[in-house]
Amino acid sequence: MSTLQMERREFLRFSVAASGGLLIGLYLPGASKLVAAEERSASVFMPNAFLRIGTDERVTVIVNHSEMGQGVYTALPMLLAEELDADWDKIAYESALVDSKYNHPVFGMQITGGSSSVWSGFEQYRNAGAAARAMLIAAAAQQWNADAPSLRTESGAVLDGRNRKLTYGQLAKAAAKMTPPAKVTLKDPRAFKLIGKPIKRLDTPEKISGKAVFGIDVRNPGMLTAVVARAPVFGGKVKSFDDSHARNMPGVRKIVAVPSGVAVVADSFWQAKVARDAVRIDWDEGEMHAFSTSQMMQQFREQAKSPGTSVRRDGDPDGALAKAAHKIEAVYEVPYLSHLMMEPLNCAVDLREDSCEIWTGTQFQTVDRAAAAKAAGLPNEKVQIHTTFLGGGFGRRATPQSDFVVEAVHVAKAAGVPVKVVWTREDDMQGGWYRPAFLHAIVGGVDASGNPVSWRSRLVGQSIMTGTMFESMMMKGKEYDPASVEGVDDLPYEIPNLAVESHQAKVGVPVQWWRSVGHSHTGFATECFIDELAALANKDSYQFRRALLTKHPRHLAVLDLAAQKAGWGKPLPKGRGRGIAVHFAFESYNAQVAEVSVTDGKVRVHRIVSAVDCGHYVNPGIIAAQLEGGAIFGASAALYQELTFENGRLQQTNFHTFPVMRMNECPEIETHIVESNDKSGGIGEPGVPCTAPAIANAVFGATGKRIRKLPIRMTEAV
Amino acid sequence: MISFSVNRQRVNLDVDPSTPLLWVLRDNLGLTGTKYGCGMAQCGACTVHLNGEAVRSCVAPVSRAAGKEVTTIEGLSPDVSHPLQRAWIAEDVPQCGYCQSGQLMSAAVLLREKPRPSDDEIDQAMTGNICRCGTYPRIRKAIHRAADMMSTGEAK
Repeated sequence: MSTLQMERREFLRFSVAASGGLLIGLYLPGASKLVAAEERSASVFMPNAFLRIGTDERVTVIVNHSEMGQGVYTALPMLLAEELDADWDKIAYESALVDSKYNHPVFGMQITGGSSSVWSGFEQYRNAGAAARAMLIAAAAQQWNADAPSLRTESGAVLDGRNRKLTYGQLAKAAAKMTPPAKVTLKDPRAFKLIGKPIKRLDTPEKISGKAVFGIDVRNPGMLTAVVARAPVFGGKVKSFDDSHARNMPGVRKIVAVPSGVAVVADSFWQAKVARDAVRIDWDEGEMHAFSTSQMMQQFREQAKSPGTSVRRDGDPDGALAKAAHKIEAVYEVPYLSHLMMEPLNCAVDLREDSCEIWTGTQFQTVDRAAAAKAAGLPNEKVQIHTTFLGGGFGRRATPQSDFVVEAVHVAKAAGVPVKVVWTREDDMQGGWYRPAFLHAIVGGVDASGNPVSWRSRLVGQSIMTGTMFESMMMKGKEYDPASVEGVDDLPYEIPNLAVESHQAKVGVPVQWWRSVGHSHTGFATECFIDELAALANKDSYQFRRALLTKHPRHLAVLDLAAQKAGWGKPLPKGRGRGIAVHFAFESYNAQVAEVSVTDGKVRVHRIVSAVDCGHYVNPGIIAAQLEGGAIFGASAALYQELTFENGRLQQTNFHTFPVMRMNECPEIETHIVESNDKSGGIGEPGVPCTAPAIANAVFGATGKRIRKLPIRMTEAV
Repeated sequence: MISFSVNRQRVNLDVDPSTPLLWVLRDNLGLTGTKYGCGMAQCGACTVHLNGEAVRSCVAPVSRAAGKEVTTIEGLSPDVSHPLQRAWIAEDVPQCGYCQSGQLMSAAVLLREKPRPSDDEIDQAMTGNICRCGTYPRIRKAIHRAADMMSTGEAK
């Protein structure tokens, strides 16, 4: 990008500050590093969309992925700084505005999802750094009248053979006049100084001082706060409402009808919330008024008795099953789950006649912008989104329907004022877009020597793609949703006769991706069933897996590493059991060993050992953190979490009825990374799928009882 | 009019006394470091100190603060120098970061009362603070690290 374009961008920022009021910059993520206007005006070299270098030596990396805990504000700057040979202490980060320049190079839109930020940025950010470095060298060569190839770079400076030195800040102005290189050469990985090191996260100081700005913290002058009353049943609509009491309550400015319900706009959140609760609404509850999850699961059980759409079929599963020496059938059930980010949903909108400015923690900028533009009645380019820090995402903040963004635009439009819509915890939990409930019915058999000869998986559950803009792209004319069967359609175990079938249930509960998507349930069902087959064959469950994975060395490597580090086979204290699981998801391989005990029907997880092969890795410290967090996320679902509906109404409301693992319940967690030069894989999601089956299999180890339903209840064990 | 001190500054506010302290801090005083997570003292994201005690500000009416001293994350240290903050950096604790203000405020009271807390004491003090990202193992390590720093006089 030229300096002229950069100035336009700067101008846009300052014009925002002028129209939106006081120092918008204060309210942007990364602001504590960037807030001073003089610092920003000192940025004179912006060789491409991904960095700016100022005369003050500051290198600001513009990050095209949302920071939701997974460390992209550190990992992506590391990639760029590596090739730039920047001084790491001078690196700052900033979140990208919405622009096609920031599109995910594979997904073709601005999105944070699929555990893809680092692998998708691996070359993008290195190229950006290498291009800038070439221009800085060219500028130094011109100044010294030297040959560019005779110069070298280190720690934020260009040096010549006589060790003369020009810093990047000193070169910034001149470098801006250089032509960007047509082609760059990237470093040999053996020369990496940053990549592969456990560099401390750059965003920690902001996050431990109260300075980090999340969407809910956005405060623009003149902006009011809205809380929305939404239908108690999915698909419900407002018939009529009475706000005669609410509208006279303190601080209330407006009460407006919006497509999703009734919005109360007030001076502060608490005033809006109290008045929202005082609006009396008569709802048309629609078709879902009698919906019950217990009835739904009963229907799923019935559906699983008949063949579904064939997803995969190897050999003759039915014939082989009939001839098997020993057979087993198991039905696994998992419930709807909430993402339950610590920061409830929110979205701030300043809608003007010909512009719409949005501040929110989103994973889905391109889609949200298009949806907001439609709701605002403006062209896409008149809508801008400022991505704040996300207080957790886990998939909820990438909604194909952009529900929380579109609603906020409607509220701003109806109220005619800049407004921040804030969801209460209860609103957030009841707001839908859950991990779908699933049922997996699996039958399998082993021969007389204990070798598995047949496996048939039949899945029943809702598609997360149907009805979205991704349906045609993802389903490609198939009669099943690949996201429903991922993790079982590519079952790695060598079983000659294998069938996978899918029943797509039609239920009016909004569902979507939840950290690890389909793997969150297929990992559980397949890794529990392979354990059941091992027991049927009277074999050690680790060795049984090993024998079936001879053609999958990366599965084997993580399985062996986890087993070895966990002391598989070594004696345990009385009452304890171990369980193992291995799974491939999001281009990475994970294996976990859990150690549990069961007392008075209560499962206690004492230890989890997690081993990963995520290919060529960037920051092992962040990888360890993601594995720890993934295991705790998986354990929360395994032990506690379930959303249920009766009479169309969600029965859970807050953390007391939808618990999250707490400090006193948290096991010791050990993480191990396989050294690898394979292509980088994901890390945010791959650490989740193995936890539930490892715990369930450990319960079997401790008690001899099988867990086939989550969350684990010993009264339901078989 | 309710008056109290926040981070050693006197404030006088004309607010409904039943308003939770959390929302007065966030909306009236602009101290957004204290977070809303549940509104019913379930998650601890809103933890602040009221006369030195950890309280869940989402359920504490602002009237409870009248005449007292409130400390929020913004007042824990002026420059991220509190031993807990330095330990949090050393252990790379935060992921999304949303719960960390509350975690730190709970941990600060724990360390004042138990300068060398055991794991059980950490469990007792920190179990009211939920972290959805799962930073508990690092929080535990960081609390031990901060306790070590303080006992060896490294603390400022």
